[in-house]
Amino acid sequence: MTGFAVMVRKEWREALANNRLLVVLIVFTLFGLISPVLAKETPQLVKSLGGVPGIQLPPPQLSDVVTQFIKNVASNGIFVAILITMGLVAREKERGTAAFVLVKPVTRLAFLAAKILTQSVVLAAGIALAALVAYWYTIPLFNASLAGGFWAAALVIWLYLLVMTSWTFLGSALLTSQIGAAGFGLAAFIGMSLLSILPNANRYLPGGLLDIARLLALAQTPQHLALTIGVNCAWIAIPLIMAFLVFGRQELVARQ
Amino acid sequence: MEYAITCTGLSKRYGSLAALTDLSLAIPAGTIYGLLGPNGAGKTTLTHILTGLIHASGGAARVAGLDVASSGVALRRRIGVLEQQPLFYGWMRGREALAFTGELFGLRGAPLRARVAEMLAVSGLTAAANRRISGYSGGMRQRLGLALALINRPEVLFLDEPISSLDPEGRYDLLQTISQLRGATTVFMSTHILADVERVCDHVAILDHGKLLIAATVAELRDRYAQPIFLLEPEGGQDQAVGYLIDQIRAEAWCTRVTLEGGVIRVLARDMVPDHSVTRASERILPLVVAAGVHLQRFERSRPDLEDIFLQIVGRGTAADPQPKLAQAAQEGTK
Ligand SMILES: Nc1ncnc2c1ncn2[C@@H]1O[C@H](COP(=O)(O)OP(=O)(O)OP(=O)(O)O)[C@@H](O)[C@H]1O
Ligand SMILES: [Mg+2]
Repeated sequence: MTGFAVMVRKEWREALANNRLLVVLIVFTLFGLISPVLAKETPQLVKSLGGVPGIQLPPPQLSDVVTQFIKNVASNGIFVAILITMGLVAREKERGTAAFVLVKPVTRLAFLAAKILTQSVVLAAGIALAALVAYWYTIPLFNASLAGGFWAAALVIWLYLLVMTSWTFLGSALLTSQIGAAGFGLAAFIGMSLLSILPNANRYLPGGLLDIARLLALAQTPQHLALTIGVNCAWIAIPLIMAFLVFGRQELVARQ
Repeated sequence: MEYAITCTGLSKRYGSLAALTDLSLAIPAGTIYGLLGPNGAGKTTLTHILTGLIHASGGAARVAGLDVASSGVALRRRIGVLEQQPLFYGWMRGREALAFTGELFGLRGAPLRARVAEMLAVSGLTAAANRRISGYSGGMRQRLGLALALINRPEVLFLDEPISSLDPEGRYDLLQTISQLRGATTVFMSTHILADVERVCDHVAILDHGKLLIAATVAELRDRYAQPIFLLEPEGGQDQAVGYLIDQIRAEAWCTRVTLEGGVIRVLARDMVPDHSVTRASERILPLVVAAGVHLQRFERSRPDLEDIFLQIVGRGTAADPQPKLAQAAQEGTK
């Protein structure tokens, strides 16, 4: 891992210089903010539009905040994660900066590990901010606080985003095109979503993490907690290991 | 003798294309080694193999005593590389790029700051140190690239066409810098610019179509290809007679090439050893001048420069066509 620390500092400065960190923080703050607002206002909104005839909408509850939070931060967050990850390696190959760094005393493992570490921290910061904003804004809107399990749920959602990040990262290491890498990440996402239709498959897939997150946030005890988290850690590790293996043997010469 | 770089039977294939074929070279430590060859000869490919960016399809190479294929970081600590088109992180500032690179080589704190300041000064980038590299000109990038390549005081320095986008002053500075490395650092430099090779290199190798045509010291090369050149400078206003003279010389068996450049007729005679054609040439050339009625203000026998030798080795100078086609076409265009 020669050069790892220096590369981490470089990745971090790059995330600041190209505003990646800023964009993630802003977008996730918005995700966090709109979750309690939508939960509170949706029944009101439906009523003001004439309502649904014959159906009495229940008053908004804290569980609606959790539903909204998962939808915004996890489901929409996937696309943010793919967008910020697709160029991570591919752009450096395309622009020849990978070749510049890798004739210096840096191992290819350190080069990749610094990237994925920084990206995980950037996403963690985004999710932490989103959770903080959602938690804080729920209090005045609902006169109640979310359960302590909400924080654990945020952690599980982070894991969920890391699965898609890792697959996109593999695409980025495999290919020279950022769009190709995004397509790769998206294909992995769609593939895993399709698999989750199979009976009882969800607990072995990232989708299972969202079930867990929901139950944790509602202060309930999820089944298969360790199993689902364990399997999803493997879903993160497998593409990363593949990325290291592929990238380690690649010829890194930019060809314009 | 100690060698900084050795290649044995190196080859590189891209599908059916052989970018390098069975290349063997030994480069003595401390020399400035010029790698010459036309476009597509395989110069960049060879540099990339020697710096570990791509893998050879066959053969082996050692740089600074280490096997290229297996040495990774240990090797990369001891080399410096300037790519043909240097590419950096455009968002970094010049100083930042130097500090980052220095850190990769393990420099920290005061020694790092001192080295960065030194390299900025040497490359004339002190004033631009705090500007983003994305705003640098091509020449500035090349100078930054050289500074980045030298920051670790490499044992072996690889320069892939370092001169192409420099202005005359930058070019002079670069050649000066390279000359100063002689003895301490082995410089492996690929280039098209023969005058620069002639100025700084002590050894040259010529590559064409992935094959090594020749590897020798510049002095050996000159001796081996000491094919003489006659320079004839006619007095002005004799265009017709001069044209006739050129045709007459071209018709001689010993003549390989006649060109008229800047009012000077350059005559290349065929290699002298087998048939003593140089003797023939010197015997014949003046009578031809007299017969053509041309008045000369200068007649000189000179040695070929590297360009003449290069063209001869890559087989462009011995073509039946005595003048390069492009030049001929251009001349016809102006008539
Ligand atoms: N990645 C690649 N894929 C396919 N062919 C390649 C690749 N890299 C190089 N080549 C081919 O190998 C040959 C040698 O290329 P190389 O870049 O080494 O030449 P060069 O001597 O550096 O030329 P130049 O003076 O133009 O820089 C060329 O025919 C080139 O097209
Ligand atoms: Mg080249």
